[in-house]
Amino acid sequence: MIEEAVDRPPTKTYLNAEVGIWSWLLTTDHKRIGILYTISITFFFFLGGFFALLMRLELVQPRNWLVSAETYNKLFSMHGIIMVWFFLIPSIPNTLGNFVLPMAVGAKDLAFPKLNLASWYVFMLGAAVTIYAIFRGGVDTGWTFYTPFSTASSTTYVTAAAMGIFINGFSSIMTGINFIATVHRMRAPGLTWYKLPIFVWSHYATSMIFVLATPVLAVTLLMVAVERIFKVGIFDPALGGDPVLFQHLFWFYSHPAVYIMVLPAMAVVSEIVPTFSRKPLFGYKAVCWASIGLATLGFLVWGHHMFVAGMSVYSAMTFSLFSYFVAIPSAIKVFNWTATMHRGAVSWDTPMLYAIGFIGLFTIGGMTGLFLAAIGLDVHVTDTYFVIAHFHYIMVGGTVMAFLGGVHYWWPKISGKLYPEALAKLSALTVFLGFNLTFFPQFVLGYLGMPRRYAAYPEEFQFLNILSTAGASILGVGYILPLVYLLWSWKYGRDAGPNPWKSTGLEWQTSSPPPKHNFEKTPVVTTTVPYPYEEMKEELGLVQTR
Amino acid sequence: MMTRLRFWPDSASSVSGEVNFFFIFMVVLCTSVAIAIAAFLIYCAVRYRRKHENEMGRPVRYIYSVEIAWTVIPFFFFMGMFAWGAKLYFDIERPPDNAITMYAVGKQWMWKVQHPGGQREINELHLPIGRPVKLVMISQDVIHSFYVPAFRTKQDALPGRYTSTWFEATTPGKYHLFCAEYCGAKHSGMIGWIYAMTPGDYQTWLTEGAPEGSLASQGEKYFHQFGCANCHHFEGQGRAPNLRDLYGRRIEVAGGGNVLADESYIRESILNPNAKVAYGFEPNVMPNFTGQLDEQQVLALVSYIKALGPQPGTQEPSSPGTAPKEYGQEKGIAGPGASSISGSHVGAR
Repeated sequence: MIEEAVDRPPTKTYLNAEVGIWSWLLTTDHKRIGILYTISITFFFFLGGFFALLMRLELVQPRNWLVSAETYNKLFSMHGIIMVWFFLIPSIPNTLGNFVLPMAVGAKDLAFPKLNLASWYVFMLGAAVTIYAIFRGGVDTGWTFYTPFSTASSTTYVTAAAMGIFINGFSSIMTGINFIATVHRMRAPGLTWYKLPIFVWSHYATSMIFVLATPVLAVTLLMVAVERIFKVGIFDPALGGDPVLFQHLFWFYSHPAVYIMVLPAMAVVSEIVPTFSRKPLFGYKAVCWASIGLATLGFLVWGHHMFVAGMSVYSAMTFSLFSYFVAIPSAIKVFNWTATMHRGAVSWDTPMLYAIGFIGLFTIGGMTGLFLAAIGLDVHVTDTYFVIAHFHYIMVGGTVMAFLGGVHYWWPKISGKLYPEALAKLSALTVFLGFNLTFFPQFVLGYLGMPRRYAAYPEEFQFLNILSTAGASILGVGYILPLVYLLWSWKYGRDAGPNPWKSTGLEWQTSSPPPKHNFEKTPVVTTTVPYPYEEMKEELGLVQTR
Repeated sequence: MMTRLRFWPDSASSVSGEVNFFFIFMVVLCTSVAIAIAAFLIYCAVRYRRKHENEMGRPVRYIYSVEIAWTVIPFFFFMGMFAWGAKLYFDIERPPDNAITMYAVGKQWMWKVQHPGGQREINELHLPIGRPVKLVMISQDVIHSFYVPAFRTKQDALPGRYTSTWFEATTPGKYHLFCAEYCGAKHSGMIGWIYAMTPGDYQTWLTEGAPEGSLASQGEKYFHQFGCANCHHFEGQGRAPNLRDLYGRRIEVAGGGNVLADESYIRESILNPNAKVAYGFEPNVMPNFTGQLDEQQVLALVSYIKALGPQPGTQEPSSPGTAPKEYGQEKGIAGPGASSISGSHVGAR
């Protein structure tokens, strides 16, 4: 492994190797593209969050008081579209994945650097088309575009929004191909598959889904546009189509897409937990194969979104059974992360707080998934706030927590600076409390029977809705704080040094910020296991005290 | 009375008790496991908290048996949840034979309900307690979903195809009816009330309803108005099949195979007669009624055809080669032939 001088920050880094706006807009450096993506998705996160804030404010009163029902319908549709396709799906893979994955395999860049830049431009083009749809008056179909409402009934900008997502899909596919090729072809000498960090395994599994599932969504949205514009009967029964066919096609992509969103989050947590416990990950191979298991089993459960959509009881039973199978790899991961902390040297640094928060919230999200997989219970709680709470525990409690944890963990590598630790701990706590206050009451609302996508509701649901809105305002503060202090630290933070966490990852064995080509010379991996704390303890200056 | 603070829903159907029981079982089980995991996380974070900057964790031996234990034990719990959930689903999905059939048409943004006696309601449904009610539904435009939280039942109403659900109210009262599938601007206004009544009150309500005639008799009116009776004779076979005693039978179709004559098949044969022509009859004889009839008129015709008994004086099925009437086929256990040929989703649900 390579050891750099710790004393002074490096003079030549990827940040100052070239200057000027075009050096960023035409860069093929995976680290700079990761930053371009980070800026883009941060914008979309706050845009989607703004829509959510308006929704929560509207729901303080049982009757429409802030916005009309039509506007509310557009708000939840655009919140979903922006958050799913322009934040969650690219969130970790295209930012942290882009930045870290090549370094984690000891490569100087991704396999296809120009394709990587193209993927950002395609992403931005898709985003521009979707933003156009929003500013022309929005879309009101929900993020799910259910037919025949989307093709025959809605009078909003459905085609434009769908085409934005269609274009965006190509950037996912490009990223997937790039990661797969990089993991196969660009690993440093000596870095065999079973020495790869879980971060790489998990992104590999994510990339499989990117490549296999995204085309199905593309074709489906194209068919929606064709039916809407040319009145070709595909989904609308009035034209001879089948509306449930749309749901099958849509969820054939959108359920695996859940794993696109959560596998990278698991990737991040699988790095943070060993680093901050100073111990190899417990059950490494089990976690590797659990990632692959999620990516494959995730393709067999799409029907569980459709238990009340007119499905035969035997189909429903099959999808229920597979849904329980897919819960097993997730359970394995939770147990292995937890066991990794046992007898560790556990620090309470901010990334670890986010990771522990992730494990707790992901566990709740996963367990409520067991309720929904039980078909007899699903009939009552599907399409209610129970489902909303469940998937927000996975996607916000899970993915967003892991994203924030990952940003804090790799921030010293990205910026070369340390962030203010006390403020970061405070905001992690704020996010955790705000999140639970926002979404836990929604489980209760769901069992009470409050349907989702209601602009107005019976008065007996008001108290729980007020709690949820109060939580959302706390959560908002928790999200704005890191944006402020991280940007502050970029200019004013203390120099971090190459490896402030004393991690074994290859990306930490080069300077912070790294040079343009990541390593001064290609690293050669001589250690024999993943997370080799034992073999690297002298190099990292660690001592065994217990 | 409905506006007070609530944390638990009304439970007013024959299945709501078991749904509650299962839900509480899941809450207790999952909460226990979640607390155990959280407690262990906190224990590790505190007990093994790093004492000085350069400390490292203790190397551990990987224990296969632990990995296998926490893979296999949850698996058995999951299979238990699966089995219980599936059993409950069968109870929720399959109506008893003695259910009264009612009909609902969903449209933006209201529910229209018809009773077998012809009484019509909008955004309300009156029903007797202690009597299973099967609700056959369809949508006139986009997908809606008929959701009664107090009954723990929900079923999407699809355009172009019948679906059905059933419930048996156990406690008199007034309960929410929601549309649970997003259907456009006034989705949250597509709500109403279910009135569960004692049988006596229900009878009183029915007679006060003063219908124009039962649903089947409305259907009979349309049957003559639209000229159906010109070809569909009730004595012998005319140019078109005799419809007596049709409902619930399996009939042979041209081109081979057979199909269960359920609500969906009858609806399809009215709107698109050439889709599955009965064996021995010519196609292209009957006009296509798509766009000529609204869903309520179709429901009335279906209801009329369902009500047609056997030919007076005969008990045997009239056309040869058909299987005997199979009531069990109505829901859930349709054979492979039925679901694949007829596409009859009420039968195949």
